[in-house]
Amino acid sequence: MMKKALSLILAMVLCLGLLAGCGSSGEETGSVYWLNFKPESDEVLQEIAQMYTEETGVEVKVVTAASGTYNQTLLAEMDKTEAPTLFVIGNQNAVKDWKDYALNLKDTAIAKELNTDAYNLYDEDGNLVSIGYCYECYGIIVNPKLVEAAGFTMDDIKNFDGLKKVAESIHSRAAELGFDAFSASDMDDSSSWRFTGHMANLEYYYESKADGGWKSCPESIKGTYMENFKNLYDLCINNSTVEPSSLATGGHDAQNEFKTGKAAFYVNGSWEYSAVSETVPEATMIPYYCGVEGEEKAGLNCGTENCWAINSQASEADQKATMDFMVWCVTDPEASRKLVDTFGVMPYKQAATSSNGFLAAANNYSADGCYVMDWVTNYQPNVDEYRKALVAALNAYNADQSEANWESVKTAFVDGWAVQYQAANK
Amino acid sequence: MKKKISNSRSTLSGPLAKWGWFFLGPVTLAFIIGFVWPFFQGIYLSFCKFRLISNTKFVGFDNYIEVFKDGSFLHSFWYTALFAIVSLVLINVLAFMVAYVLTREIKGSNLFRTVFFMPNLIGGIVLGYIWSMIFDGILSKFGTSILLESKYGFWGLIILLCWQQIGYMMIIYIAGLQAVPEDMLEAAKIDGAKSGQTLFRVIIPNVMPSITICTFLSLTNGFKLFDQNLALTAGQPYIIQEGGTVIKTTEMLALNIYNTFYGQSSASQGVAQAKAVVFFILVAGLGLMQLAITRKREVQQ
Repeated sequence: MMKKALSLILAMVLCLGLLAGCGSSGEETGSVYWLNFKPESDEVLQEIAQMYTEETGVEVKVVTAASGTYNQTLLAEMDKTEAPTLFVIGNQNAVKDWKDYALNLKDTAIAKELNTDAYNLYDEDGNLVSIGYCYECYGIIVNPKLVEAAGFTMDDIKNFDGLKKVAESIHSRAAELGFDAFSASDMDDSSSWRFTGHMANLEYYYESKADGGWKSCPESIKGTYMENFKNLYDLCINNSTVEPSSLATGGHDAQNEFKTGKAAFYVNGSWEYSAVSETVPEATMIPYYCGVEGEEKAGLNCGTENCWAINSQASEADQKATMDFMVWCVTDPEASRKLVDTFGVMPYKQAATSSNGFLAAANNYSADGCYVMDWVTNYQPNVDEYRKALVAALNAYNADQSEANWESVKTAFVDGWAVQYQAANK
Repeated sequence: MKKKISNSRSTLSGPLAKWGWFFLGPVTLAFIIGFVWPFFQGIYLSFCKFRLISNTKFVGFDNYIEVFKDGSFLHSFWYTALFAIVSLVLINVLAFMVAYVLTREIKGSNLFRTVFFMPNLIGGIVLGYIWSMIFDGILSKFGTSILLESKYGFWGLIILLCWQQIGYMMIIYIAGLQAVPEDMLEAAKIDGAKSGQTLFRVIIPNVMPSITICTFLSLTNGFKLFDQNLALTAGQPYIIQEGGTVIKTTEMLALNIYNTFYGQSSASQGVAQAKAVVFFILVAGLGLMQLAITRKREVQQ
């Protein structure tokens, strides 16, 4: 009997231990829980969190969703009692989904630190749902040394005709030169967004510009500039280090091709600067030249999906702690230095200045009076499904560049927009 | 005599009655938390519109109506059904053949059994990626890819699933084959039965219980297949229809539910939930039906 009682007590103690593990300790000072969506910046954010905790004693937890699973993670995390206090609402679609969970940031301490309103997201009632904490740019990364080695100068590339001439000339002499024009345009998940997300922007941007600028996601698009998209896309896949038919499964390391001097052009964005500049310090970025009239005055595609939102369902202490943390991130010299080095540039008055060569190129274009190509891509409705269909259509087109296959790319691009708009706004 | 039995039972049931709840408790609790509760909440959610499950709006049968209007669901249903039947037949025939050969006295049959069983120990996502590399390694020689032709996607997945599951079913069949009474086989031999007759008249009726289990497992596995489908083709290639809607030609039911849940607006999360309930009824119904049919053919020894 004694033994039984003893084992019973032991078992109960075990259970208690388990229960205690589940219980949460209440805090009055508030804490910060940042659900980050960019795996590549996780390391730095963890350092920042630790710095802040050491300095102020406030607990900062940073959790990073695995690549491409931010939505799923956010959905699961927001349901928990210890939900994220700081999360990312990066585009109009997400604003629609999450505006009820976001604090209106208008005239708050963090909003007062901004030096531009360009990267903020508002809902239809004019509430400031999320606030840009950095911005990025994308275009075509160029290795000027290779362009010169092929007998051209960067001044030869001022529009699509110039780009086409240089790219085709390099491709035709690839064996002799030892490098090719474009690095691989893989269509697997780790790479296809460079085309279905970024390059597609040129179509949306010029179409929205012709419409006088979109203020919200249009129900349907016309595809007026599809030919221009095709111009640049064809140039990329047909003057590349790899055969277009091998792009579907991917597995070619485009970044590496560019870094090791095997390709002169690389379609990507400013976040690549730190990696690329290791071996190609003179790398620069040019706009998507695609044969649109007046494109000599085009600049890079600048915008962001990195927008902070504060969870309106969090306790007031947590909201305040989160706000203090955000302000510290953009004002503390050391912290903002680290963040700027990761993110490129932060649009805040007191933040550190950027050392990113591609963002410097973006600024140079603006200084020369070129127009910035906004990220109209952020309006893509039901973005994951929309892009998947586009990838499938492009796969078929890459393998066989027939008229019919291009028609289905167009259908996925233009009609797919309307279909996904309906699905997203049911 | 009778009394004695009931006596011994009551001495057994004394501590059992006292402590039974204690030993059953953790399992019951885990079962309720991990299965019963989510199951019923899932059914409830299929009648709701929701973004977070802590904040739901009851909408009645709307979600179910959407499910049957959704062409992609019907496509994936027929695709899955075809897939399940083909894989059911192939896996069981091949697994039985392997088991039959490996219960003959062959040198190294233990080694073979281990080797055949091993693929079953690898997770589905990993297998999917490994096989997509293998298939594309071959198909790229012909300038194509598993992502470009639905029929490659279909047979690719069949090969993958066979490779993974034959070993597992083989183990079950081996156990069944070893349980066939020696005297029965001997009697058949003495009566002059040919090996084909022995196989079909003696052995197969005797391993019917194993066949029941294996067909049940491979049928439900075929229907529930998800990881391998996601990693191998993720539904590609699509047919881009006029008007912009798409048919994901190699998307199976489970993946369709997943894509509906995560790929669209919050309105579709309830629809996905309803699809999951329909899916459950379907798999459960088919499984029970199949059990009833094969059970009838089992012989009593």
